[in-house]
Amino acid sequence: MKVNGSAAVYRFIVKPNTANDPRSLGYLADTHSLSLYQITQIKCQDLYFVRGGLDQPDAEKLAAQLLHDPVTQSVEIDLLEFPLRNANRNQNENTSSRTIEVALRPGVTDPVAEQIVRAGHLLGIPSLESACTGLRFILTGGGLTDDLLHLAAKRLLSNAVIQTYALGEITPTFSTSTQSHDLVETIHLRGLDDAGLLAVSSARRAALNLAEMHAIQDYCMRENRDLTDIEFEMLAQTWSEHCVHKTFKSQVSVYSDKSDTRSFPAHYSHLFNQTIRAATKQVNADWVLSAFTENAGIVEFDGTHELSFKVETHNHPSAIEPFGGANTGIGGVIRDVIGVSAKPIASTDVLCFGPAELPLTELPEGVLHPRRIASGVVAGIQDYGNKMGIPTVNGAIWYDPDYVANPLVFCGSVGLAPKGSNPHATTPGDHIIVLGGRTGRDGLRGATFSSMTMDAQTGEVSGASVQIGAPVIEKGLVDVLTLARDRGLYNAITDCGAGGLSSAVGEMASEQGGDVQLMKVLLKYPGLAPWEIWLSEAQERMVIAVPGKNLNELADLCSQYEVEMTDIGNFTDTGRMRVFHGANVVLDLDNEFLHHGIPQRHYSAVINKPRFETGQTVSLEGKADTDLRKTLLKLLAHSNIASKERTIRDYDHEVQGGTVVKPLCGLRHDGPSDGSVIKPLASQTNHAFVLSNGLNPEYGKIDPYQMTWLVIDEAFRNAVACGADPSRIAILDNFCWGDPTRPEIMGDLVQSAQACFEAAVHYETPFISGKDSFNNEYLGSDGKIHAIPPTLLISALGVMPDWQQSVTMDFKHAGSLIYLIGDFAPAFGGSHFNLVDPNHAIKEGLPHCSKINPRFYLAFYKAIQEKLVSACHDLSEGGLAVATAEMCMAGRLGALMQINATDEPLRSLFGETSGCFLVEVTTENKSAFEDLMSNYSVRLIGKVESHQNIQFDQGRESILNISITDLLNAWKNRKIAGGLE
Amino acid sequence: MKPSALILFAPGTNRDGDVAQALSLAGASSRTIPLKTLRDNKIDWADHQILVLPGGFSYADALGAGKLLALDLSHYFIDQVQAFVAAGKPVIGICNGFQVLVKSGILPGNEALTETRTATLTHNQGNHFECRWVSLKPVSQKCLWTKNLTEIIDCPVAHGEGNFTLTTLDQAKTLSIQDQIALVYVHSDGKPAGGVYPVNPNGSVMDIAGICNPQGNVLGLMPHPEDHVFPFQSPDRIHRPDASGLPLFINGVRYASES
Repeated sequence: MKVNGSAAVYRFIVKPNTANDPRSLGYLADTHSLSLYQITQIKCQDLYFVRGGLDQPDAEKLAAQLLHDPVTQSVEIDLLEFPLRNANRNQNENTSSRTIEVALRPGVTDPVAEQIVRAGHLLGIPSLESACTGLRFILTGGGLTDDLLHLAAKRLLSNAVIQTYALGEITPTFSTSTQSHDLVETIHLRGLDDAGLLAVSSARRAALNLAEMHAIQDYCMRENRDLTDIEFEMLAQTWSEHCVHKTFKSQVSVYSDKSDTRSFPAHYSHLFNQTIRAATKQVNADWVLSAFTENAGIVEFDGTHELSFKVETHNHPSAIEPFGGANTGIGGVIRDVIGVSAKPIASTDVLCFGPAELPLTELPEGVLHPRRIASGVVAGIQDYGNKMGIPTVNGAIWYDPDYVANPLVFCGSVGLAPKGSNPHATTPGDHIIVLGGRTGRDGLRGATFSSMTMDAQTGEVSGASVQIGAPVIEKGLVDVLTLARDRGLYNAITDCGAGGLSSAVGEMASEQGGDVQLMKVLLKYPGLAPWEIWLSEAQERMVIAVPGKNLNELADLCSQYEVEMTDIGNFTDTGRMRVFHGANVVLDLDNEFLHHGIPQRHYSAVINKPRFETGQTVSLEGKADTDLRKTLLKLLAHSNIASKERTIRDYDHEVQGGTVVKPLCGLRHDGPSDGSVIKPLASQTNHAFVLSNGLNPEYGKIDPYQMTWLVIDEAFRNAVACGADPSRIAILDNFCWGDPTRPEIMGDLVQSAQACFEAAVHYETPFISGKDSFNNEYLGSDGKIHAIPPTLLISALGVMPDWQQSVTMDFKHAGSLIYLIGDFAPAFGGSHFNLVDPNHAIKEGLPHCSKINPRFYLAFYKAIQEKLVSACHDLSEGGLAVATAEMCMAGRLGALMQINATDEPLRSLFGETSGCFLVEVTTENKSAFEDLMSNYSVRLIGKVESHQNIQFDQGRESILNISITDLLNAWKNRKIAGGLE
Repeated sequence: MKPSALILFAPGTNRDGDVAQALSLAGASSRTIPLKTLRDNKIDWADHQILVLPGGFSYADALGAGKLLALDLSHYFIDQVQAFVAAGKPVIGICNGFQVLVKSGILPGNEALTETRTATLTHNQGNHFECRWVSLKPVSQKCLWTKNLTEIIDCPVAHGEGNFTLTTLDQAKTLSIQDQIALVYVHSDGKPAGGVYPVNPNGSVMDIAGICNPQGNVLGLMPHPEDHVFPFQSPDRIHRPDASGLPLFINGVRYASES
């Protein structure tokens, strides 16, 4: 790279003084988990590069006062000359110590670099122009070949999407200006034949099909002109699956198997309206304040406040850059909640990964190892949620080989606002105000730009497709916008998500119209073409409509909270969206066409009969010798069931002071809660709400229809288990599916959507928001394209009138009675029993979902309200035995359980069922509890014991006896005496 | 009259609401003021009797937690802060606020120790952010915030850089002799943590959770007593339905109203 004549570049290497540096040890452990055992030691050091008219004393001052901690670190300062003299440091393959250096690509958000410049100026070094950051790794060991170093660098120490690395010393690259340009291309569509139209769609990665391209072509004919590139890009974005959900809005012709006992409509004229939305309409709950019309669903809370909830996915970005992908995923969904004028008060995250123990040899080319994806995603969620000061309180982690190449990251956000505080009154003349981060090439057209990333050595700005978020900028948005809301400073608000300003402003102007001047948009760096500014998906931006009279007050507020604010235009009454770049009109589209001109898609769906019918069971003869003890330990150690404590403690679940039932509960705070309960400090009442979820792709593989009933029941039942009022539970759907143009995939979707309708109506639980992600497919080792299993996440938000009725799952008192309540009908289809011992899988259908469940939950809720329930846990993966074990471990109390003489022990212990709870009731509450539940299946099944053992008896015979210590060791993945095999 | 607390609010501060709630229950009023407003001299520091540096991630923890806000303090507000401290008014820095107090040299505040920066809060020994409930034993009788507190305080920690570290063990002894060790991590029954994770959640030397200045009016601590001021906040409310984080704030507020 070239450095200006007068500018010096200093490098600072900051080294930990201790040999036991935790970060370095963490990297070493990671190399060993990737089987790179040649590496015996890693030293990780921070690199900072600064450029400007600095001299040595300036550099020493920066080092002393800013860049290192004198108590724990030492620092080395070098004035660099280019090319670097030591670029080949430790480059000899025969040395036992070698160096890898890593730096961010230019154009990738580097908040630390920005702060170095700001702080340098504060320290009296105004000549400091720019900075960048990096990491140095000094690896020690034997056989450290170039190949090994490249492997370590690519697999672990850097990510090519956002970083570059060098063996030896890296040459820093500072973001430098490129030529500004205002180039607008013309897209010729008139006169093109079908092939020509599809070629344009594909060349610009618009993902528009022929019918949609024809509609655009017809528009050009009507307007008698060609489109500009920015017009075409805006149409492609506005009509994208992400923004208009065209799969769910499609017509569907359904082809079912005649011998299928289930029946589905032969035709849907609008899949979404006839299933998900129809359920909400039919349930018609008066406490639903907004469903499917805004960025988030909104329900009534405590009489004076409303709760909003939205869950999004960020799958592809998280696959290629796990930290940044998850980071901006949680950032994006938080903006959805800010976008309904609410203050974010809780986050959720549900993650699906490939198996952590996947051998490197089985990792497909170009795919990050699941372990790395998992740690990056968790770190990304931690970074954003913790820094925003929002408690991350509910989630799940699911491992399955089908997610190796296509991990799923579901991020949810809950907001609280005074009732009715989200205005929707955009008025012509209102100013279009952008708040927050600046605009760069971030996220343009997804992954294309990552492959087009310029060589960093050219010093040009690359457009990394995935960005690192800047949570503190987004925090500033919350700070300013809650105050602006309370002072009534804006008439409407929306967030910049997919499609950036184009989507946000386009949506707000869709009723009346708007004029935007792109030259006013604040840029991170010059050189963006008009369409890039309009479409950029730069993070941490919100758009509000502000009457002229309020501009000064808003500007003052923004100044106090150090939030950037830009006035980019006005809303109009022209019925058109117009965008200017200087004096040129670069976009002028009719709103009616832009927002309503998209032709409806038409799909075919083929519904196959499930391989095993629901409730279909087989005889368990021949399974009598199954080792129940070993099975239970293996189940507890299974990655889906095992303790998630390490991950949960990475997230701050206490900030804002309202977390009543925490993700971990019990005597030692390590039991797995069924959901979380929050009592917001801002509410003056005792009202609280529950967050819970249901997800089971293992069921999805067998029968998407039944899976849907079961996960809705699971989310609902988890909420009930924590004390939610069953008549006040709202749910959200998140579909992650394959390619809907394949009829079987569409068939799976139709089954699931139909079940969503039926179950939501049956449980009287309205859907208030949802999101879908299609084309989650990957190339398998067999050379074929595979879809992930049909994966439906149901997130539940339940309200309770008093936090004091919340219930946790840990056994509390020795001597209490244990009841198994609900319609207990265990089956092995999709069970975790089959997962831990696939060679002896019991091939059955999925469990029933009893129609009695919602009524049973209402009765049980009465028992909770009357404080008759000391502990409650739902039966889910692993069945009765796992539920019992979890309650005992959480309470550090034993249990003596008795199963019926007629029961098959294996089925009772490990079969999976819907609609059931295991509950603790004290002896003094026995009769009151039994009276209340008299119309339902209630089985007194055991007793809580003070000793530290679980024993299952059948008649006089003890069939399973195991200590809580053994259970804990398995569940926490510690060593188990004797092992599991 | 109710004492008034000035809560400093930097970009990234996020537990300001939690501490405002605790102060309110303890009998103080409070104002949360953004740094920029303070830089613009719109606020008179002398109108306030308590100074609070709340938890959060000021400047996103760039270059080390608390470092950049400490630089801001030294650059813009050194006179006001020094006046506040010298006047003996109660000052508390929680979590990020503690990090700021240490990295700006206000804590430990012993001249001999501050000369060549000997104390810091560094990365947790476990290399992880850690959110969990801990038990704290109030120790210092010099510190106006912990003086005469006898009960164990249960409250959460939520930090990645809370490992209190000194360059030599002698300095820890000095802090102990001068009664500047305000709070230590203990087992729930009060037995010393002995450096053992997770009772001592971050590896701090001598299980130190919080320290005060030689004068005893400035307290810095990593845990969040402001998040245990209602019984519903505690995971152990079934066994101990208390609000054990509150007395510390009552101490500070009472001191402010009496002086």
